Amino acid sequence: MQALLDVYKIRQDFPILNRCLTNGKKLVYLDNAATTQKPKQVIDAICKYYSEYNSNIHRAVYQIADEATEEYEKTRENLRKFINAKYSEEIIFTRNATESLNLIAHSWGRNNIKKGDKIILTEYEHHSNIVPWQMLCNHQGAKINYIDTDYNGYLNIESFLNFLKDKGEYGETKLVSLSHMSNVLGTIYPVKDIIKIAHEKDIPVVLDGAQSVPHLDTDVQDIDCDFLAFSAHKMLGPTGVGILYVKKEILECMPPFITGGDMIKEVHKEYTVFNDLPYRFEGGTPNIADVIGFNTAIEYLKDIGMGNVRKHEKELVKYLYNSIKDIKDIKIYGPPDINNRGGLVSFNLDGIHPHDCATILNDFGVAIRSGHHCAQVLMEKLDIIASSRASVYIYNTKEEIDIFVDALNHVRRIFKV
Amino acid sequence: MSEDIYREMILDHYRNPRNKGKIEEPDVRIHDSNPLCGDEISIDLKVENDTIKDIKFDGRGCAISQASASMLTEMVSNKPLTTIKDITKNDILENIGLTTLGPARIKCALLSLKVLKIGMVKYYADKDPHSAEKLKEESKVF
Repeated sequence: MQALLDVYKIRQDFPILNRCLTNGKKLVYLDNAATTQKPKQVIDAICKYYSEYNSNIHRAVYQIADEATEEYEKTRENLRKFINAKYSEEIIFTRNATESLNLIAHSWGRNNIKKGDKIILTEYEHHSNIVPWQMLCNHQGAKINYIDTDYNGYLNIESFLNFLKDKGEYGETKLVSLSHMSNVLGTIYPVKDIIKIAHEKDIPVVLDGAQSVPHLDTDVQDIDCDFLAFSAHKMLGPTGVGILYVKKEILECMPPFITGGDMIKEVHKEYTVFNDLPYRFEGGTPNIADVIGFNTAIEYLKDIGMGNVRKHEKELVKYLYNSIKDIKDIKIYGPPDINNRGGLVSFNLDGIHPHDCATILNDFGVAIRSGHHCAQVLMEKLDIIASSRASVYIYNTKEEIDIFVDALNHVRRIFKV
Repeated sequence: MSEDIYREMILDHYRNPRNKGKIEEPDVRIHDSNPLCGDEISIDLKVENDTIKDIKFDGRGCAISQASASMLTEMVSNKPLTTIKDITKNDILENIGLTTLGPARIKCALLSLKVLKIGMVKYYADKDPHSAEKLKEESKVF
């Protein structure tokens, strides 16, 4: 079978993958759902900005400021193409996906969610897609309904439909917000269908794409979401850059969130005229260097092709799943069908806390995540306090999975289970 | 290496915790959790003449947090309550034999001490708020 992507060639672009840890072991990085590593092209692009044209954007008239503005805006245009947005002004830069979601809750939320309204979320949401809505609902006197998730990570569509119908003591649902892919279960959700159902009732939908955009081909016009939030650092880009996509007709009616410099046209003693889209939503000097670095990350992913990214991850996660599913007393969460699973597997070994598991794996150079993964509502549903999670990306190999599985067996030996 | 961490003593206290459970009508009951890994510890104290007459802990979490709590209860049982204020981070780490824990796991080891120190302060707070405040400062509740 022809290689989907040349993983060994890709690995040469990631300096950190050559790193030896203090115990002499090579780093086996399997915490990609938390953040991915950066290729040297991205690191170089950031370095180049600071070494050659560091300056503030959108204002000054000299050459290097022009260069910086041009590169910064190039990222926006490239992102527009990457997610197939209609207009580049639908793309807003924030600090992270969390800030993107907060922006929606503050700006759109406070103007559209009224006392007695309802918002629909799911039980598998990351805290960043729960807490802003809780704060909003507490402030406005609205209520959240959570769509049921079953133990294989699938959504109970019936409960969704019932929430839409239910007018009860509370009024109508005014917003649906959900993740495209769960950061714990790995489930890829049929969001296009969910959005279609919500739109039939004229309810806008927020999509948390933090786990999906880095791994799946994303077309916002096809999915038809009204808002999309994601982060650069989970897709080869630098930390400190979040993205918010909002349909233009909605964005035009939203008041600013962070106010001050750069987001204005005129400021007078008594009033302010706000800047055009998208600058109205980017108050203050943004993270110029990292937005510019992010452009290189997008180019890198485009060169590989998001279809190939998905194929590679699917093959790896199938190998990973099959390698551990028969380990004695292991409990794996999320869908058994790999077609519905992104590049991660969460699990627990009976009688061994995930933190103890991760500490022992660290001796083998293996970096996995353990904890509640900022999804305590889901943890409660699964009746666990934590889980271990291994997540893959374009540079991971089957050899690394083998090292991980050996290490996992060692954990069991130490704990004598 | 984690072979050093997960020695028999830790695994023994993890599997067979000492003083685990609850005290009926305790003089103090304190609960806290470690938001990073979800470890939870609550400690019940029965105090007579400023001495810890009975101590029980309850909780769930990783081997280090639970074993550390179990060992801590043995360490302070039947001691004057105020000795708690002098117990340091290093005392705990030496007691459980883990002096090289990294910044993440060290929180697991020290959770029970944190709970116990807050418990001591709480016990005196009702009786003498002023001395409780002083104790709080001296015991360096982190």
